[in-house]
Amino acid sequence: MRHLPNTAGAGFKPEHFAAIREDAGAVGFLEVHAENYMGDGGLPHAQLAALRADFALSLHGVGLSIGGPGRLNADHLARLKRLCARYEPESFSEHLAWSSHGMDYLNDLLPLPYTAETLSLVCDHVDEVQAVLGRRMLLENPSTYVLFEQSDMAEVDFLRAVAARTGCGLLLDVNNVFVSCTNHRMDPRAWLAAFPLHLVGEIHLGGHAEEALPSGPLLIDAHGSPVADPVWALYAEVIAQGGARPTLVEWDNDVPEWPVLRAEAGRAAEILARGGMALARAS
Amino acid sequence: MPAHPEFVAAFNEGLAGAALPPGVTATAPDEVERRFAVYRNNVAHGLTEALAQRFPVIKRLVGDDFFAAMARIYAEAHRPQSPVLLVWGDSFPAFLAGFPPLAAYPYMADVARIEYARGLAFHAADAMPACPERLAGVDPSRLHLRLHPSVQVLRLDHPAVSIWQRNQPGASTERLTLAGAETALVLRDRAFNVPVHAIGEGDAVMIDHIRGGATLMAAAELAQWVDPRHDPQPLILRLMQAGVILDPMEDIRC
Repeated sequence: MRHLPNTAGAGFKPEHFAAIREDAGAVGFLEVHAENYMGDGGLPHAQLAALRADFALSLHGVGLSIGGPGRLNADHLARLKRLCARYEPESFSEHLAWSSHGMDYLNDLLPLPYTAETLSLVCDHVDEVQAVLGRRMLLENPSTYVLFEQSDMAEVDFLRAVAARTGCGLLLDVNNVFVSCTNHRMDPRAWLAAFPLHLVGEIHLGGHAEEALPSGPLLIDAHGSPVADPVWALYAEVIAQGGARPTLVEWDNDVPEWPVLRAEAGRAAEILARGGMALARAS
Repeated sequence: MPAHPEFVAAFNEGLAGAALPPGVTATAPDEVERRFAVYRNNVAHGLTEALAQRFPVIKRLVGDDFFAAMARIYAEAHRPQSPVLLVWGDSFPAFLAGFPPLAAYPYMADVARIEYARGLAFHAADAMPACPERLAGVDPSRLHLRLHPSVQVLRLDHPAVSIWQRNQPGASTERLTLAGAETALVLRDRAFNVPVHAIGEGDAVMIDHIRGGATLMAAAELAQWVDPRHDPQPLILRLMQAGVILDPMEDIRC
């Protein structure tokens, strides 16, 4: 199976379609949310088919509720399988989170305690996804705003265990690392030092919003602004340590004109190029 | 005893305004309400935005603040039943019809029916239009036309097509004299636009019967029976130009 290139990509927004078509080679790959392409036909599929011909593609799910109890939604998994068969994306990824309660879909990535029970559940779900899709998936670390007394594993250990048991890869969202660590008054560099960088198949970068709490800042994963400077700094360290990885810039709300998003991806591409050179010198 | 199902159920109730689920904490435990509120807000905001994307004219008619408050109420009572939000909102028109603060605006539900139908049309399956040259030579008494799955006819109690059209970008701002009931024709054209036209009962009957399997001739005769002055030509031309007449049953594919 083909892989995403070790270059910078952008989250595709339909309003950028014409601009991207006239800007060939602007980014190394595009990523779409799978659920936006689960209609039967029409413009979304026409656009994706056209872009697919020119770009490597990452299919990113937001609705599978891998961190939820019970069985995965079989209808939804079948829809994902059809999408994978139709577009043959270089990568499929989902989140360490839950988003459904029974049949109720909540349209948000909600947190779970990290316990032996949830580890076993998440591993079963990842196994099922990989078996049905017939491919290795990437699991993304979440942004979180609360902690749970029930948790008896660190997030990094949980992710590492899922990858070890299921063979899945990891999607490292550096903004999520910064958001969660800031919110839980932890050192993001310590988090990253414990994280298995060699399992990373893709990196996400995105903007966050900030609120003030008495104990300090509360960061919110809003994807409505440029990537913050401390996140760029962390990202550069990750690349310097682990080498180049396919890197996506996400911008889902208050979406800017294409050149703005393209420039953010360009900044990631520069860091990827520098990181690659640093690694070459070191070896 | 598995704890996760109970945890998720309690978290879900917390999202809808009940007490925080057991075990939720933070480095500064007195801030946990404010932190959990991020999830409450994300869920409400995310679903409100999804509904606003589907019903932009309703949002324009009632205003942003009213829409956000109303969407929150709707979303709590009618959670999406699938992660595919493209199909969410089918019960929104009925909700609007029974929403007491909108009792003085009975046309809202009909406008929402148009917007929901437009969403269905936008995402409807693709199908190849028929070749006009090939259709032209066929005897109308033997011609069974097939229509694109995006084509929908909505018989509405209110002049909702006029209201919808008046609330499109660049529409006239002249005072609108509202007539009575209107029937909407919704379809997706070759350029993926989804226009909405007001049609007469003759056109509506004709589309009903074409879709029911009647020949073109029979459908036109049935339309003339409800409207003796009905002329089938403009409707067929409009459907043909939009590309929503498909390969017919006869063997005349392009």
